[in-house]
Amino acid sequence: MTRVSFDVNGETHQLELDTRTTLLDALREHLHLTGTKKGCDHGQCGACTVIVDGRRINSCLTLAVMHQGDEITTIEGLGTPDGLHPLQAAFVEHDGYQCGYCTPGQICSAVAMLAEVKAGIPSHVTDDLNAPVRLTNAELRERMSGNICRCGAYSNIAEAISEVAGRSA
Amino acid sequence: MRFEHPATFNPIDQLKVIGHPTSRIEGPLKTTGTAPYAYERHDVVADQAYGYVVGAAIGKGRIAAIDLDAAKAAPGVLAIVTAENAGKLGKGARNAAPLLGGPEIAHYHQAVAVVVAGTFEQARAAAQLVRIDYVKGDGKFDLAAERDHVSVPDPKIGGPADTAIGDFATAFAAAPVQLDASYTTPDQGHAMMEPHASIAAWDGDRLTVWTSNQMIAWGAEDMAKTLGIPKENVRLVSPYIGGGFGGKLFLRADVLLAALGARAAGRPVKVALQRPLMFNNTTHRPATIQRIRIGAERDGRITAIGHESWSGNVSEGEPDMAVSQTRLLYAGANRMTATRLAALDLPEGNAMRAPGEASGMMALEIAIDELADKLDIDPVALRIANDTQVDPEHPQRRFSQRQLVRCLNEGAARFGWNKRNAKPGQVRDGRWLVGMGVAAAFRNNLVTKSAARVRLDQQGRVTVETDMTDIGTGSYTIIAQTAAEMMGLPLDKVVVRLGDSDFPVSCGSGGQWGGNNSTAGVYAACTKLREAITQKLGFNSEEAVFADGAVRSGNRSVPLAQAAGAGDLVAEDAIEYGDLAKTYQQSTFGAHFVEVGVDADTAEIRVRRMLAVCAAGRILNPKTARSQVIGAMTMGVGAALMEDLAVDKRHGLFVNHDLAGYEVPVHADIPHQDMIFLDETDPISSPMKAKGVAELGICGVAAAVANAVHNATAVRVRDYPITLDKLLAGMPV
Repeated sequence: MTRVSFDVNGETHQLELDTRTTLLDALREHLHLTGTKKGCDHGQCGACTVIVDGRRINSCLTLAVMHQGDEITTIEGLGTPDGLHPLQAAFVEHDGYQCGYCTPGQICSAVAMLAEVKAGIPSHVTDDLNAPVRLTNAELRERMSGNICRCGAYSNIAEAISEVAGRSA
Repeated sequence: MRFEHPATFNPIDQLKVIGHPTSRIEGPLKTTGTAPYAYERHDVVADQAYGYVVGAAIGKGRIAAIDLDAAKAAPGVLAIVTAENAGKLGKGARNAAPLLGGPEIAHYHQAVAVVVAGTFEQARAAAQLVRIDYVKGDGKFDLAAERDHVSVPDPKIGGPADTAIGDFATAFAAAPVQLDASYTTPDQGHAMMEPHASIAAWDGDRLTVWTSNQMIAWGAEDMAKTLGIPKENVRLVSPYIGGGFGGKLFLRADVLLAALGARAAGRPVKVALQRPLMFNNTTHRPATIQRIRIGAERDGRITAIGHESWSGNVSEGEPDMAVSQTRLLYAGANRMTATRLAALDLPEGNAMRAPGEASGMMALEIAIDELADKLDIDPVALRIANDTQVDPEHPQRRFSQRQLVRCLNEGAARFGWNKRNAKPGQVRDGRWLVGMGVAAAFRNNLVTKSAARVRLDQQGRVTVETDMTDIGTGSYTIIAQTAAEMMGLPLDKVVVRLGDSDFPVSCGSGGQWGGNNSTAGVYAACTKLREAITQKLGFNSEEAVFADGAVRSGNRSVPLAQAAGAGDLVAEDAIEYGDLAKTYQQSTFGAHFVEVGVDADTAEIRVRRMLAVCAAGRILNPKTARSQVIGAMTMGVGAALMEDLAVDKRHGLFVNHDLAGYEVPVHADIPHQDMIFLDETDPISSPMKAKGVAELGICGVAAAVANAVHNATAVRVRDYPITLDKLLAGMPV
């Protein structure tokens, strides 16, 4: 057992954890923040995406004790049912989900992805590494491809993200 | 309520709430991570321990010995359940292979033990210490090799193994134009995002499980049967389901092992199937080999159509009914189908989204494209030429509605089909070879009993309770819309509670029967509640109007909040069907149009445009219904281009048993999708005049992709998935 402390959604948590505990299980099983989903536990599906110090990560692929002092944002930190984040509202409006299980990961991923674009971070499909990154259809889809939606809501998710990003899908 | 005659005008036809593209009422919960799924119910019972499942490491054979000593001694371990110490177990009526294997092993990754410990990490670590000696048996894992050693099955659903009308052999032999081609579809996995997961808690001899299941009553019944306890002692709760696609129709190992683990550990236990176990442990869509023969006149009229299909399964398993649609989709006087079943020792094959038609349309709709090529007739025109408004096997049976021709015509116009070059391999866009493909969509509409309970309270709210499930289909929303329409209430005055075996038994979610039947059950219950309200108020029920939160009759108007009086008014009823499904053929139709680009050098395939036009009765909510169809189109792209459970024919397992190895479509694979519904109401189907739509969307789409690839490259691939290695040798230079 090891002590670790980190901030989740602006609140500091002190935990004493089995060192084998993933950040995902620390959130879900210890802090009961179950909005972050376990789809595969192997970094293959993206359902567990959270934002750590501004970057999106698969929380199943990292141990909780590696996050001493980190600032973590989960889906619960973005908005509430009565006070939705603009992306959450856009997902509802565009029906950017069906079963809802990949949804928190999609939304966390999209929030961080838009920040990456703003920061000029290129992707696999960026043509010109010297020009500012434009969020084209190809860029959006490439950058979101780590988040699987088996219900197949991709077309609607792209529209929801595009609306918030101020462009058309 | 008995539904015996075609529906006439009823309160649903007001369309004040029904038919509107309402956003999902549970949307704010799902998008904020506050909708509770099975494994995360910290709120329902204290002191939950963790179960970790051990799967069999052989495809066929038996366990010689299990050594649990090291695992038992590991930190935190509370109990280990195997077939040796589980006590006598029965088998659910809907399970072929036993959910807990041992000593006999029926298939790879069949569960053989669950290790229960205080934490997940402890359970996982201890599970690695379970030592099992196996004796490998000789298993049969190769469908193609078994093709000549098959049985004639007696399918429980989907029709008889053999059908014949007229004289197929003679008509086919005499036809001036003939097509005789074979196609294969691989094993496919549901790969829903939420793993099968359950929490189980015993209270004396009563068991409650919080689980992820599409069919609550089936699950409760099969759980009782497997454990050998009365059905009344089992409660199953499943309000949110992270995807199912048929994979969660049945009792599976997670829920049984949670129950057994909880009994052994003496405290509640939760179990999620580990993702790498799911593909071999649970069910899958079985692979098929299909042979299609079509004989036609030179003008395109089909005179003979034959479809044969081979699939395999474990003992007691069913065949894939890939021939189903061929009995109904196209005209032709001489017809035959044949379904054969091989005994295989791969994991259990069972329903996956549109079982039967999904596989069958993958083959049939390429065959029609090939026939169009032979005839030199446009494939849209060929389909239209062979339309039928009656069941071709029983011409006195009409389709209740059949707008396939309109779907094809309207789709062709919207998609710009007239720009397609009928000669394949001709169109270039930079490095891309571009092609267009079309396919029909077809899936039957099934009607089945469904019950609900509705309660009017003193706040003027109506609460609907039914064991119906919402697997992403939009059940919460369309049920709320139905109750709101029936009772004259705004949507926010309706509360919907689903997925609990304490509620009246619904149709459940499967076979695209959920939407129409579950709302018809709510319609029946609301009709009864309306009668109870008018009776209580002394209103003439024929004249009473429910609108704007009140009930009116003549010049009297009473708010519903008052109508409830001192207590709640409760009504319960079910929709039950007469023989309209026998006198009419009820089906849903559509047309898929796809444009692909194929890289001229690498043969990489990209889907560039997709359009589906569907006719499926009244669309209760165009927003959620559209999502069902585009989601199915996405899964169809997976079936066309990537999904393939690779069989290890020596050891008898699906090798690519995780989400990295079993490839499904991701964002980058799917362009913007267009989808429209034709205006249709089907008064034959139910008082809702709606039909199923969730599975229609996957039927045919893979073939439309395949036909587009052929149009782009002139290479015809008949073995799914269409991967670039199958194109390279034949690519235009």
